[in-house]
Amino acid sequence: MAQMNMIQALNSAMDVMLGQDPAVIVLGEDVGFFGGVFRCTDGLQRKYGEHRVLDTPIAEGGIIAAAIGMGVNGLRPVAEVQFADYVYPGYDQIVSELARLRYRSAGDFFAPVTVRMPCGGGIRGGQTHSQSPEVLFAHVCGLKVVMPSNPYDAKGLLIAAIEDDDPVIFLEPKRLYNGPFDGEPDKPAVPWTAHPKGEVPLGHYRVPFKAEIVKAGTEVSVITYGTMVHVAEAAARVLGIDAEIIDLRTIVPLDVHTIVESVRRTGRCVIAHEATRFAGFGAELSATIQEQCFWELEAPIGRVGGWDTPYPHAFEWEYFAGQARVGLALKAVMEPV
Amino acid sequence: MNPKSRLHVPSPPARPGQAPDFSYVQLSPAGAVPKPEPNARLADLGGLDTSLIRVLDDQHRALGPWDPHLDAHELQLGLRYMLLTRLFDDRMQKIQRQGRMSFYMKSTGEEACSVAAAMALEPADMLFPAYRNQGLQFVRGQPLVALMCQLLSNTGDMCKGRQLPVMYHSAKARLFSISGNLATQFPQAVGWAMAAAIKGEDHIAATWTGEGSTAEADFHYALLFASVYRAPVILNVVNNQWAISTFQGFAGGEQSSFAARGPGYGIPGLRVDGNDFLAVYAATQWAAARARTGTGATLIELVTYRASAHSTSDDPARYRPKDDYENWPLGDPLERLKQHLILKGDWSEERHSALSQELDEMISLAWKEAVTFGTLTDGPRLNADQMFEDVFKEMPAHLREQQQQLHIEQATPWRK
Repeated sequence: MAQMNMIQALNSAMDVMLGQDPAVIVLGEDVGFFGGVFRCTDGLQRKYGEHRVLDTPIAEGGIIAAAIGMGVNGLRPVAEVQFADYVYPGYDQIVSELARLRYRSAGDFFAPVTVRMPCGGGIRGGQTHSQSPEVLFAHVCGLKVVMPSNPYDAKGLLIAAIEDDDPVIFLEPKRLYNGPFDGEPDKPAVPWTAHPKGEVPLGHYRVPFKAEIVKAGTEVSVITYGTMVHVAEAAARVLGIDAEIIDLRTIVPLDVHTIVESVRRTGRCVIAHEATRFAGFGAELSATIQEQCFWELEAPIGRVGGWDTPYPHAFEWEYFAGQARVGLALKAVMEPV
Repeated sequence: MNPKSRLHVPSPPARPGQAPDFSYVQLSPAGAVPKPEPNARLADLGGLDTSLIRVLDDQHRALGPWDPHLDAHELQLGLRYMLLTRLFDDRMQKIQRQGRMSFYMKSTGEEACSVAAAMALEPADMLFPAYRNQGLQFVRGQPLVALMCQLLSNTGDMCKGRQLPVMYHSAKARLFSISGNLATQFPQAVGWAMAAAIKGEDHIAATWTGEGSTAEADFHYALLFASVYRAPVILNVVNNQWAISTFQGFAGGEQSSFAARGPGYGIPGLRVDGNDFLAVYAATQWAAARARTGTGATLIELVTYRASAHSTSDDPARYRPKDDYENWPLGDPLERLKQHLILKGDWSEERHSALSQELDEMISLAWKEAVTFGTLTDGPRLNADQMFEDVFKEMPAHLREQQQQLHIEQATPWRK
């Protein structure tokens, strides 16, 4: 075991996989010699060579397409898109090709590609470095969509993603890279060393594509993922509400069983994500919970997200679904009907 | 590594700790490259896409057919804009380091690519800049205070706090909104130019992108559409050698020049010394004449060097020699124009320091005014209500509702 932040944990996952499987290769802009703009691939090219850790042209469409071709030819590519906000030139290759290759060839062709990308706000990145586009992938049939909330999960989920024969979109909340973040930007940053999930095994392990109950509770179920796991935990703590916090970890596949079992028990539910609210993943969650838990619900489902605007540079914290927004939603669902 | 592997991976000639090596940069002597008529047929343009159009030689003389023969006033104006760009960049970078600005990107070493080009165009021509073209803003008369307010996302910000620093725009000055996404403006400039042609107007469009961004498909859309419709547009590739840590070889610069992409699509490519104010001016003038007379688009590669980091979030010492720029064979654009003017007897070190001081004071004054509109840390702030504006022309009901929710969120002591 070692203390790792999320960057080191992701690096360790790729290190383990490059070391144990010669088919694994890493490619992306600035990932090789430089080690990535967030340092996630630091040292990997030195260790595994220029043919296993490839710098690429600035062409997300080219990166994804090349990864598909490599995947078809027996490699197991881990492609990095520098920011999730820059994935769109590669979106056609992801949606029309990567996601459907297995289906359209009746299983005769597939590309086991993992596409990593930092997502989310809170780093003063403005509209082009802050987006949370997970639902744009969740809506596409044939893609698995993963978003870890801590270093331990990040490593185990990334290894599981790389070993998966299906394409995986792996979104990394960049505000969590260096420490858990509870949504209060004025408080001093907390490192992962102080967090139990900053303790990461050095070798190979997988975290299954299933939800985790990060805190058991009886009064309300909070269904969330990514950065919002920490924000929601903090908001419930401040309010003294015994909330059950569920970290989905993957939104595709969706662990409906864990969600439904929890909401049936607590009778109340708040859904929280960083992404914009309208047609966000919360809508899918809310519909599923309503369908399966209607008779157990004591209050309407609460849904919290970013506002339905591009991510503004000057209003980062007014935009971000912080503790106040989550707290108000928790209070609203806790009110006796 | 597999010894049988035939995969070529480009590599820059020098890494940190090694001696800078620019032997890969193909040079032509100043004045040596012929200048065809602007409406010449592509087949008659010879090697303009592989040679290097240069006017200023190492002794700072202006030589050859590409000399635009500008008068002293124009040259002094060019020097002034370039110096303003450099001093502005230096000051904004310092201010960012003090934590009063979230981010900044300098254009040091690339000033001529913007300043000379903008000066060679007409005020009504539409410019589609990338994010390292601040010289265009100065030539087009954008007030320093307006630019600073954008950098501060304050109450005077033309973007109303929506954009990262340096993503300026001005509809009035015909400077298109800068995108943080790469090369997207390139084909848009072609579309603008097509519209000018459709409407029968004389205006042309000009756009800039880095050599790294030519890897994006948008670059290729731009060349194709520009070629097919003979759009009145100038497509500039600022080849500053580096895309963050990625050497220009990864954008395909090892195999051929970026200018040579043009003829492949049926449009001329000019490879130009981007640190030579006169060469950039003349090449732009040539391409503008070609566009205005209906002959069509031109691709211009401006060979230069990104002397500074990619941005305030970058550290180039990790991936290139520290003294790379000092060894760059095309020198410094400011210094070269300055020495040329001195040689002609139209400038002096004294006048230069006086100008430097004047511009520095202008920047200081502008900064004092800009901060009265607010900074990251203090002073007036934009109203958060504005976050919901301009998503659509009219604010739809769900955004009005969210605006109200934000008011409630901010007014409610939710912790109780």
